[in-house]
Amino acid sequence: MIRYIISRLGQAVLVLIGISLITFLLTFLVPADPARMIAGRLATPETVARIRAELGLDQPLPVQYGRYLWNLLHGDLGRSYAQRIEVTELLMSRLPATFQLMVAGILAEVLLGIPAGILAALGRSRWPDRLGMVLAFSGVSAPQFAVGLLLLYLLGYRWPVFPLGGYGTWRHVILPALTLGIAGAGWYARVMRSAMVEVLNQHYIRTATAKGLPPTKVVLKHALRNSILPVVSMVGLDIGVFMGGVVVVESVFAWPGIGQLAWQAIQILDIPVIMGVVILTASFIVLGNLLADLAYPLLDPRIRYK
Amino acid sequence: MSGDVAVAEAGQAPSRNRILARFLRNRPGIVALMVVVIVVLAAIFAPYIAPYDPDQQFFDGLTLEGMPLPPNARFPLGTDLLGRDLLSRLIYGARVSLIIGVVANGTALAIGAVLGTVAGYLRGRVGQIIMRITDLMMAFPALILAIALAAILRPSMWIVALVIALVNWVWIARVVHSQVLSLAEQEFITAAVAVGASRSRVFFRHLLPHLVPTLIVWGTLGIASSVLLEASLSFLGVGVQPPTPSWGGIINESQSYFLDAPWLVAFPGAAILVTSLAFNLLGDGLRDALEPDRTGEL
Amino acid sequence: MMRWRRAVWGSLLMALVVLLGAAAMASAQQRGGSMVVTYMTDVTTLDPAIGYDWQNWSIIKSMFDGLMDYVPGTTELVPQLAERFEVSEDGLTYTFYLRRGVKFHNGREVVASDVKYSLERVLTPATQSPGLGFYLVIEGAEDFVEGRASEVTGIRVLDDYTVQFKLARPDASFLHILALNFAHVVPREEVERYGPDFGHNPVGTGAFKLKEWVLGQRLVLERHPEYFKPDRPYLDQVVFEFGFEPNVALLRLQRGEVDILGDGIPPARFVQIMEDPQWSRLVEVGEQLHTGYVTLNTRVKPFDDVRVRQALNMAINKERIVRIINNRAVPANQILPPLMPGYNHEYEGYPYDPERAKQLLAEAGYPNGFSTVLYAMNVDPNPRIAQSIQQDLAAIGVQVELRTLAQSTVIELGGTEGQAPMIWSGGMAWIADYPDPNIFYWPILACASAIPGGWNWAWYCNEEIEARAAYADTLVLPEQQEERAALWREIYTDIMAEAPWIPIFHEMRYTMHSERVGGAENIFVDPLHIPINYEEVYRK
Repeated sequence: MIRYIISRLGQAVLVLIGISLITFLLTFLVPADPARMIAGRLATPETVARIRAELGLDQPLPVQYGRYLWNLLHGDLGRSYAQRIEVTELLMSRLPATFQLMVAGILAEVLLGIPAGILAALGRSRWPDRLGMVLAFSGVSAPQFAVGLLLLYLLGYRWPVFPLGGYGTWRHVILPALTLGIAGAGWYARVMRSAMVEVLNQHYIRTATAKGLPPTKVVLKHALRNSILPVVSMVGLDIGVFMGGVVVVESVFAWPGIGQLAWQAIQILDIPVIMGVVILTASFIVLGNLLADLAYPLLDPRIRYK
Repeated sequence: MSGDVAVAEAGQAPSRNRILARFLRNRPGIVALMVVVIVVLAAIFAPYIAPYDPDQQFFDGLTLEGMPLPPNARFPLGTDLLGRDLLSRLIYGARVSLIIGVVANGTALAIGAVLGTVAGYLRGRVGQIIMRITDLMMAFPALILAIALAAILRPSMWIVALVIALVNWVWIARVVHSQVLSLAEQEFITAAVAVGASRSRVFFRHLLPHLVPTLIVWGTLGIASSVLLEASLSFLGVGVQPPTPSWGGIINESQSYFLDAPWLVAFPGAAILVTSLAFNLLGDGLRDALEPDRTGEL
Repeated sequence: MMRWRRAVWGSLLMALVVLLGAAAMASAQQRGGSMVVTYMTDVTTLDPAIGYDWQNWSIIKSMFDGLMDYVPGTTELVPQLAERFEVSEDGLTYTFYLRRGVKFHNGREVVASDVKYSLERVLTPATQSPGLGFYLVIEGAEDFVEGRASEVTGIRVLDDYTVQFKLARPDASFLHILALNFAHVVPREEVERYGPDFGHNPVGTGAFKLKEWVLGQRLVLERHPEYFKPDRPYLDQVVFEFGFEPNVALLRLQRGEVDILGDGIPPARFVQIMEDPQWSRLVEVGEQLHTGYVTLNTRVKPFDDVRVRQALNMAINKERIVRIINNRAVPANQILPPLMPGYNHEYEGYPYDPERAKQLLAEAGYPNGFSTVLYAMNVDPNPRIAQSIQQDLAAIGVQVELRTLAQSTVIELGGTEGQAPMIWSGGMAWIADYPDPNIFYWPILACASAIPGGWNWAWYCNEEIEARAAYADTLVLPEQQEERAALWREIYTDIMAEAPWIPIFHEMRYTMHSERVGGAENIFVDPLHIPINYEEVYRK
C-alpha cells in the first residue's frame, strides 16, 4: 500500500505541473492586458510598457512559465496584481473557512441524501421512491442563489434563528451547508438508490433474508456496505470541488471562501491569484480522489491496489 | 442472480413486441415520454406556439418604476426585467436548453462512461493515465477557457456545449470507474472471462447493463446541472448572447430579484425540473422495458 | 427684595447650567461610537499611490491627507495639509506653506520633504502607480520617470514647512490633481519598512488609523488621537465587513446590524425600499459626476460618417432605459453631468426622433440600415440596457449583435484600434476623478488618448478642439475661471455636434444608512466620497 501511495503522490506532482501549465497558457489566450489594468486610465503606452517590464510580462512565454515554476517550487506564488499582497497569504486567509464549509456541505449532502436513497430503494416504485425522485430533482434544478437567499430571508430575517451571513460560529455554517446539501443531496440519493437496488437483487441478500435475518440488519450491514462505493467516489469528488470554492453560496452568505477570491480574480485577470487558486484546487482534487481510491479496497475487499 | 441470468441468456434477444408492451405498461414512463415530446415539439415549433416575440420589450411590460409584471391576463407567466413575455421566452428557451441538456450532457456522459470503464477494467498503466487525466480535467479552469474563447471566437451555443462536454465527463468517469472496479471482481465477470468471452463482449453484455442505472442517474440529473452551467458560461460571454433566451440564462439574470419577482426563477426552474425528471422516468421506463428481470424487491 | 433677586439669579444660573449640560451632552453624543459598513469585495489596497477603485478611494481619504482637499459635501477646493498657498502670475509656480504639528499615525511630524518623497514615489515606475500620468505636468517629472534624473527638480523643499512646485506648463487643474489620493503624504520610514505590504499596513496622517484587518472578512479603523483637526473625526471606530452581497447587506441593515450599504441599495429591492416610508426616509439622494454613454468608433465604418452617428443619437429612447433602471438616473443630452462646471443648461441635444434618424441614415447612404456589434459589460443592469439599445436601433434598421463580456476584455477591445464599433460604457462609465471639466476630455475624447490601450473608445480626434482644450487649461487664475468654464462649454457643445458618443443618462447617488448615523445632508451624497465621508458622520 505504501508503494501505491508514493506512486500516486508522484503522479500528483505531474498533474499539478500539468494543470499549472495549462492554466498559464489559457490566461495568455485572454486578450486583456494586466499591465494596462494596473496602469489605470491615464497611463501612457510608456507607463504600460514599464509596468509590463516590472512584472516580467515582456519575457517570452517559456521564460515566464519557467520563472513561475521555479518560484512555485520555492513556495512563492507571487503577488496579486490588484492587491499587491502575497498570493500565499491570500489563499491561507481563505483556507479555514473553505475547509469548514467543505466538511459541513458534504455532511449535509450525505445526511440528506443517503437516507433518502435507502428509503427510495427499499420502497421501490412506491411512494417513497417517487417522492424521493421528485425531491432529488427539485434540489438539483433549484438555483443555489435563490435557495440560499430564500433560506436566509426566512430563517435569518423573518424568523431570526440564524445569523444573516458571515463566518465564525457553528450557527454561521448551517444555512450555507444546508444550501449546498439541498443542491447536492439529490445526486447522493439517486446514486445510493440505484446502487442499493442493484445490491438488493443479488443472491446473497436473498440468502440472508431467507436465513431469517431481520431486514434492517440486512440493509445496514450487507446492502449498504456493498452499495456505498460510488457514494465514496462522489465524496472524493466533492472534497475537490468544494475546496475549489463554491462561489454562489459564498456570495449569498458572505462566506470568506476561495470561490469568491477566484471569481473576482478571473473578472480582472489577476493572473497570480488565478494560478494560485487553480493549483490549490488541483491539489485538493487529487487528494480527494486519492482518499476515495484508498477507501475502495476497505469497502470491497475484492478490489486490490495495483 | 442477474449475473447468472446474463451469462445464461447469452445469445437470446427479447422480441421487440415484448419490449414495447412492457414499456406501455409503465405509466410514469408514458407520461414522461409525452412530456419529452411536448418539450421537443415546443422547441421546434416555437414561432407558431409562442404568443409573442420573445425578444420584444414592451414599454408597458414593466411597471412605472421598472419592475417586471407578475402573471396576468396579458402575459400568462408574467414579464421579465425588460418587459418581455416570460412564456414566449420559456418556449424559445427550450431550444438552447434541450441542446445543452441532451447533446452536451450526452456527449459528456458517453466520453465519461467509455473512459471510466476502460480505466476501471484495464487498470494498470492505461488506467492510471486515464485517471490522472481525469484529475487534471477536474481542476481545469473552465471559466478561464470560457473567457478566452469568448474573446477569440464568435460566441455560440455550440461552443458552450463543447466546453460543458469537455468539463463534465470527468465526474461520470470517476463514478463509473469506481463501479467497474468492484464489478470487474464479481463472479459473473470472472466466469465470462473464464469461458473465453472477448473483452468487448464482456463490456457490452456484462458490464454495461450494470452501469446503465448509474448512467441514467447522471445523464438525467446532469441535464439540470448542465442547463444551469450553461447560464454561467454564457454570462462570461462564450455562449448564447442576449437577447437569445435560455432557461438557465433567465434564472441567472433574474436571481437577485428572487424575493420580489419569484416567478422569474420559479417558472424556468420548474421547466428544468420537469424536463430532467421526464428524461429520468423515460430512461427508467426504457431500461425496465429492456431488462425486466432487474426489478425486484426485498 | 433681596430674596426675589436671588431667586431670579438662581433660576438664571440653573437655566444656564441646564443649557450647558444639554450642549455638552449633545456634542458628547456626536463624538464617539462606531459604525458598520458592508462591501461585497475585500479592499484591495490602502496605499494611496496605488489604490484607485471606487471602494478604497474614500477609505484612503480618511486615512491620509494631501496638500489640498475639498470642503466636505462640496466640490470646493480648500487647503488641507497646507495652511495657505500662493500661485505665481504665470501660473507656473505654486508655493505651499505647511501646517505645523501634523502628526503621522506613528507619531512623527510631517515636514516638506515628506511631500516631495510621496510624489516622487508615485512618479517612480517601480511603484506601478496608476496615478503617475497625472503628475507629469511637474517640471522634471518626465526626466525622473525615464531614469535620467534622480529627483524631480520641479518639486523644491524650501524649508521644513515650505514646498514649491514648478510646472512645465500652466495647468488649471493642478490644484485638483494635488487633491487626488495619489498626492497624499506617506512617511518614508514606514514605506521602506513594509515595502510592497505598505498597502496592507498603511500609515498616514488622516483622521483614522488601521486597527485590524482580517483578510476577506473585516477591516477596522480607529480614531487617530493626534489628528490635526481636533474636532474630527466624530466616530471612534469604523468597521468594514466584507463578502456581503447587496441583497443580504440590505437585510442586515433592516435588522439593525449594519449602518451603511457600501455597494448601495440592491437594484432588485430599490422600488420596494423607496415606496416604504419606513425605509425611504433613510435614503439620501444626490447627483453624481457621472455620465453613461455609448461610444461610436469613428475609425470603423459606417461610424466614420457624422450623419450616421447623429442618426443613432436620435434613435435611442432614453426614457425607457431610465425606467429599466428604476428611474435611478436622469436622461443625458450632453457629455458633462449637470453638477460639473461647464455644463450647458440651455443645450437641447438630439431629440428622440426615429423617423428623422432613418432619414439621416438614408442621406448617408444606408436606407436599409446596416449591421454592427455592441459590446457591454456582463454585470446587471448593463446587458439589459444594451438590449434596450439593441431594440431601439433595430427599429431604424440597424441590426446590432450584442456581446456581453467581462470588464477587462471589453476595456482591452475598446483600446484596440478598429475593433469595437460600439461600446456601452456602463459599469466602466466615467465618474470624474475630480470636479473639473477637463477630466471628461483628456482621457476619453482627446487625440492624445486615441491610442492603443487608451480609453478614448470612440477614437475621436479633432486637432482644432484639442488646441482649444489645451488653451483653456492654461487659464489658471481665479478671475479667469468663468472664461474657462465658458470655453469648455463651447468645446463640449462642438463635440456633441460631431456626435462621437450617444450620452444616455447621468446616474443619481442613493445612499442608504441606518437610523443611528447622522450627518449633514450633503455628506451622504458628497460627490467625491463614495459612499460617505467617514470623518464627517457621527453616531446619534
